Amino acid sequence: MQDLDWLEAQSIYILREAKSRIERLAMLWSLGKDSNVMIWLAKKAFLGQVPFPVMHLDTGLEFPETYAFRDRYAKEWGLNMIADDCPPIEATDPTLPPNSRIAARKTLGLAEALKKYELQGIIAGIRRDEQATRAKERYFSPRGLDGAWDFRDQPPEFWDQYHFDLPPGAHLRIHPLLHWTEVDIWRYIRREKIPVVPLYFAREGKRFRSLGEIGITFPIVSEAANIDEIIVELEHTREPERAGRAMDHDSEDAFERLRVAGYM
Amino acid sequence: MDNRLADNLVRALPIVVVGHVDHGKSTLIGRVLHDTGSLPDGKVEQLRAVSQKRGLEFEWSFLLDALQIERDQGITVDITQTWFRTALRRYVVIDAPGHTEFLKNMVTGAAKADAALLVVDAAQGVTEQTRRHTYLLHLLGIGQVAVVVNKMDAVGYDHGQFWSVAEDITGYLTELGIVPTAIVPISAKQGDNISTRSAAMGWYQGPTVLEVLDGFAPKPTASEQSLRLPVQDLYRTEEKRVVVGRIESGRLRVGDTIRILPGGRSVRVAAIETWNRDTPQIAAAAGESVALRLDEEVFIERGSMITSGDTPMYEGQKLRARVFWLGREPLAEGQRLKLRLATAEHEVVVDAVERVIDVADFGHRSAAQVERNGVAEVVFRSRSTIVADSFANLPTTGRGVLAVDGRVSGGFIVDSVEPLAGRSSNTTQVAASVTVDERALVNGHRGGVIWLTGLSGAGKSTIAMAAQRRLFEAGRQVVVLDGDNLRHGLNGDLGFTPEDRKENVRRAAEVARLFADAGSLVFVSLISPYVADREGARQIAGGRFLEVFVRADVATCQARDPKGLYAKAATGEIKQFTGVSADYERPAAPDLVLDTDALTVEGSTDRLLAAIEATFVTRAATATRTAA
Repeated sequence: MQDLDWLEAQSIYILREAKSRIERLAMLWSLGKDSNVMIWLAKKAFLGQVPFPVMHLDTGLEFPETYAFRDRYAKEWGLNMIADDCPPIEATDPTLPPNSRIAARKTLGLAEALKKYELQGIIAGIRRDEQATRAKERYFSPRGLDGAWDFRDQPPEFWDQYHFDLPPGAHLRIHPLLHWTEVDIWRYIRREKIPVVPLYFAREGKRFRSLGEIGITFPIVSEAANIDEIIVELEHTREPERAGRAMDHDSEDAFERLRVAGYM
Repeated sequence: MDNRLADNLVRALPIVVVGHVDHGKSTLIGRVLHDTGSLPDGKVEQLRAVSQKRGLEFEWSFLLDALQIERDQGITVDITQTWFRTALRRYVVIDAPGHTEFLKNMVTGAAKADAALLVVDAAQGVTEQTRRHTYLLHLLGIGQVAVVVNKMDAVGYDHGQFWSVAEDITGYLTELGIVPTAIVPISAKQGDNISTRSAAMGWYQGPTVLEVLDGFAPKPTASEQSLRLPVQDLYRTEEKRVVVGRIESGRLRVGDTIRILPGGRSVRVAAIETWNRDTPQIAAAAGESVALRLDEEVFIERGSMITSGDTPMYEGQKLRARVFWLGREPLAEGQRLKLRLATAEHEVVVDAVERVIDVADFGHRSAAQVERNGVAEVVFRSRSTIVADSFANLPTTGRGVLAVDGRVSGGFIVDSVEPLAGRSSNTTQVAASVTVDERALVNGHRGGVIWLTGLSGAGKSTIAMAAQRRLFEAGRQVVVLDGDNLRHGLNGDLGFTPEDRKENVRRAAEVARLFADAGSLVFVSLISPYVADREGARQIAGGRFLEVFVRADVATCQARDPKGLYAKAATGEIKQFTGVSADYERPAAPDLVLDTDALTVEGSTDRLLAAIEATFVTRAATATRTAA
């Protein structure tokens, strides 16, 4: 079995476990490349239909190209999309560094959605190779009543047997892409011909490697104007994927603080 | 294009680094990443800054120990995975914590690996935790192990010290049947024998760490072994029902005859369902997640095991296993918990803790409980039938976990499974004083279950009540179990989700069986919308089962609406209402169809009585009863 097939089969297994064991589920759609792959995998797992709502936590700060992409593919892929507005920046923890506060709006938006839709499971497209605290995650990661991540005491997870304890008010985060790498994602997008927001492709010497909000996400210098060129670029780069994400670099523990509080 | 970037690459080889806390696992990985050029620009400077902030020399381990608590306390709390590449291939390296408190995390990491690097401190030597990790590698089935004796710089690169540690660990590994692929003296901190041979240890002629890694073999594929496909779920659409799961071993093709355990019914694979493929899929092998359409609608559910039937599996209620326990509280005899094996979940009781194994010297002692992080031989007793392989034969279907309140609290590998002695004879013993035949002789008919399925308002209850009256008057033993009535009592705790409907049907079937055992003709009048649930009821009834489809158009039922339910469903007051907002799966081959659009109540009842007569009655009615 070749690696992309193995990665795909493992993700499909996880998505089907989530569907089988958790009644009220939703999938986060950040509109980035990873969550597009995740929706694609869900369509494969459930034979064409994504059987749960797909949620965009809308800060109103996405790029216009990103919104256009969302509206087109929500329709084309037949998604049951929820796109509620996130609470304003004033509602976030004022002790967080400024760039983190923009990201923290999503945490609040997610907390509101959990309550509003009485969700027990949130499927998110994070990967271990993106960021060092994400590398420590589980496929099925329990979150407490306040949505917090207790990284000090994560449940064991082995032999594809997952944590399903769901005390009232708590929820599980499900991470079906945890074992993929950035270049795996692009190789899969190429093989499966999965559409992505055009901002990933270089224009006038720059492209977005990681896509987030306007103001805290910056393009990298790149000539990679198509998927083949992106894959070659990634093979040779020595820059981290999230270098263009200002929120990660406010302080040593900025991202850990965000994640502990419930960020993806 | 560079072939390293092609679509068809082999999997990155997963390796785990284990050993006692502070023997240098994270440092070793940091050094390997550095030496293979896997670190992003600026990372080394960033680590230097982070180390200085804490008043430390340069700490490679901070590369992986990303959490604040890990950096502040200088220990690894949870596993990390990271990727690198040698000239030969790609790797995923898993850093496992060495601290006893985090053994559950070590297991989480090690279970994913095809091979392990066991790190031992040259000065401290083999410790209890080194042994515990090694023992767990053995239980996890990771037989490919290389040892690195680290911190050689701290013992002056002394050859004798190396040999004494090497001998000690080799002795232990040999007891477990593991032959280390290499034993390498290194200093992760100084970079000795990692990517290049150390000048400080001219006495060592063996491979470097990177050469050791490149010498590991990927775990062989399980495609050539017997077919094992644990069922994850069933998806129903209007036109079809598909069975989904991942093939753990073996392979299958469209047209193959497969067996479903427990029970052993045979069916054929009609198709492998896919989405967005140009050509239909005709075959699949180990590792693939598949969706099968079968040629018959048989009883199958999450936890069923699909096999080819060429090699038998254990089926029974008593499971003997070696357990590693990770729970907060000890595992004690008499304790109830969930045993999960592949996709099946069983309620079990700890029948006996046979012996607790001391991982230091392999000594055994008897004890009534297994402490946290302990290893023991345990016998479990289950009410449901466990289907398993022995771990030695087929690892993926010969292992599982123990869960307390949904929390994974331990793992086990299967030695054997056997039927519970006396289980099957119990029922015959109870029935033995009056046999089924004797009852039939007295009653003039056998007991049996007449299962009326159909939409609400189709006429199930009306027909059941009419038929009951006429049978009673003819002197028959007869009873009606009505779905609505059951929901007031026995099934009062159930709702209308597919799971609850399934349980509703199961309980009704179990009660019906008891009445049938006692000689009665039992009418069960229940919507029972799912084929699989009705098939389950047929199995529970054990062959004395008549499936009757009471058919009427939704429009007819809506017009009749005897309970006013369709009106409520139309306004959304009732959710998941069959025929309106929930599916009804028509029986493919019922024993009898009563079309109440066309037939009167009397006409339907006549036909039903004729079918009952033909199936269950052994003697014409003699007595005639009328109501007082």
